[in-house]
Amino acid sequence: MAAFLLRRLGNHVVLAVAATSLAYLLAAAALDPRANFEGRAPRPPESVVDARLTRLNLNDRTSLAVRYGTWAAGVLHGDFGRTWDGRPVNAELWRRLGVSVRLLSPGAFLGSALGILLGAYAAIRQGRAADRFITLGSYLLLAVPVFVLAVLLQIVAAKANDAMGMHVFAWVGETTPGAAHGTFGALGGLADRMRHLLLPTVTIAMTQAAFYSRYQRGLMLDVLHTDFVRTARAKGLRRRTALLRHGLRTALIPMTTYFAYSFGFLVLGGMFCEQAFGWHGMGEWLVEAISRGDVNVVAAISCLAACGVLSAGLASDVLHGVLDPRVRAGAAA
Amino acid sequence: MITGLAATTAPGRPAGAPAPGGPPRLPRRIARSRRAVAGLVLLAALFAVAFGGPLLSRWGWDDTDFAAFRQGPSARHWLGTTQSGRDVLALTLRGTRRSLLIGLSVAVLSTGLAGLVGTVAGFAGGRLDRVLMWATDLLLVLPSFLLVAVLAPQLGGGGLVPLLAALLWMVSARAVRGTTVSLREREYVLAARFLGASPARVIVRHVLPQLASLLVVDASVNVSVAVIAESGLSYLGFGVRPPDVSLGTLVAAGQGAAATCPWPFAAAAAMLVLIVLAVNLLGDGLRDVLDPAAGQGRGDR
Repeated sequence: MAAFLLRRLGNHVVLAVAATSLAYLLAAAALDPRANFEGRAPRPPESVVDARLTRLNLNDRTSLAVRYGTWAAGVLHGDFGRTWDGRPVNAELWRRLGVSVRLLSPGAFLGSALGILLGAYAAIRQGRAADRFITLGSYLLLAVPVFVLAVLLQIVAAKANDAMGMHVFAWVGETTPGAAHGTFGALGGLADRMRHLLLPTVTIAMTQAAFYSRYQRGLMLDVLHTDFVRTARAKGLRRRTALLRHGLRTALIPMTTYFAYSFGFLVLGGMFCEQAFGWHGMGEWLVEAISRGDVNVVAAISCLAACGVLSAGLASDVLHGVLDPRVRAGAAA
Repeated sequence: MITGLAATTAPGRPAGAPAPGGPPRLPRRIARSRRAVAGLVLLAALFAVAFGGPLLSRWGWDDTDFAAFRQGPSARHWLGTTQSGRDVLALTLRGTRRSLLIGLSVAVLSTGLAGLVGTVAGFAGGRLDRVLMWATDLLLVLPSFLLVAVLAPQLGGGGLVPLLAALLWMVSARAVRGTTVSLREREYVLAARFLGASPARVIVRHVLPQLASLLVVDASVNVSVAVIAESGLSYLGFGVRPPDVSLGTLVAAGQGAAATCPWPFAAAAAMLVLIVLAVNLLGDGLRDVLDPAAGQGRGDR
């Protein structure tokens, strides 16, 4: 298993390096940071702009290969360079990553667990009302883009706030300023954070659950009619035990592949969520950086996203090994 | 379009001879699938509304009514007006036409490319196969969101369709290649080759019909991906430029005031959801009809 994972890791590192380099080259060739300075009034003299861009390694008059070399040397030392207005990318990158992780992780965990359970339940109750309801729901949800769903939930929450006559739901930003210094102190701050997290979490959880339940239902149906589940029942296991330990466990194995795939989905969905709920995370930063021609920021975010997607791939390999003893045995032999 | 394609491929199937008591012909089997029919009807209705609607309304999408700013539905403006006095119905229909056209053309282009590259690579084998598959893998590594977001504004309005198509064909090209490799050694394909048929003829007459179900389903998936991608890009500001509209920019413009003035947001969002829903229904229905093995044991679709 370890050798197998190491080989996969090596493969993934090569892919991550390739993806990041391509992202840098693409951004450096196509984006135009010079326009930021030329749009200023009064317009700075050209020599000043040139000197400034050169210092930031953003000058489009330096050849692309030279710029790439400078950038790659920096990245190898753990430095992603500077933004177009001269601040270091690294510090902001970690801060933004924290925001995005806080925004996405509750919804992702909740959504995948819920989706797997609902999908499996729908398969067990195949053709009954519960199955029809879950299938219809996932169908409708899959047709609703994240940015529409986010706004719909905001409308519902606004109506609920009005109906209850108090501000129960909050959805702009991460916190209400000053909430941590109110009557309840730090506890109030925590409650405020939870309140702000509620709607984004529901948005992400709903889309993830819809995605997972569709696949899980199909996989579970395939497993339900297999001989080993019948054998488990025949040897006297309770229906619940047979279905959970022999059915669901087996049906989860192919899901590990979708897990890596859905991570890319999650990153993209997070971008829309940040835009819709006003969180200042990585997605919002990427959109800003592309419109502003901030090459180093775009490259840094692409690097992190590539690493994220590839670690999700690696994690799905590990999960596969944990769930499927044949993989472990095959790798040990 | 899709029924037409299905109908022409039906006689090419080896078991397609209309034996008495045999399996019913393809159009009838499609007609029996509730999902496919619902999707087709919904899609046809959307096309009719999007392209026929402007004939009924006297407001163009770029007209401004200086007598009505941000109003609710009325006899004059059926779905109200936006903040700048433009007719919501006309704007929504403009966005719908755009989404439908982009969805269909991206699907045709990308699925066509997948079919072409996949069959040629699988059929030729050897060095050509390796080169084509290497290029396919390379494109898969590209950060696709970045590519579209950076290049789409620079290429202008017409660039989006080829760009999206160029990013969507890789996975299905691999699948097509895999199937082609196994088909290449089948008896009837070998027979055709030994009878002296040219590779192009063998691919078109004997390999492609076998791939029809894979390609049709792939195309339907690509339609919904392209529709969502276009509106998402426009929502983020990387798509159409301001005077022109897309469902994505309408959602983005409407969301701020959605609680007090829901019409612009609701109309665009509803159209977007209906398009994707129709295409998903049609795709799922077609998969069950064309590829029963994939749906086996998956219940009552």
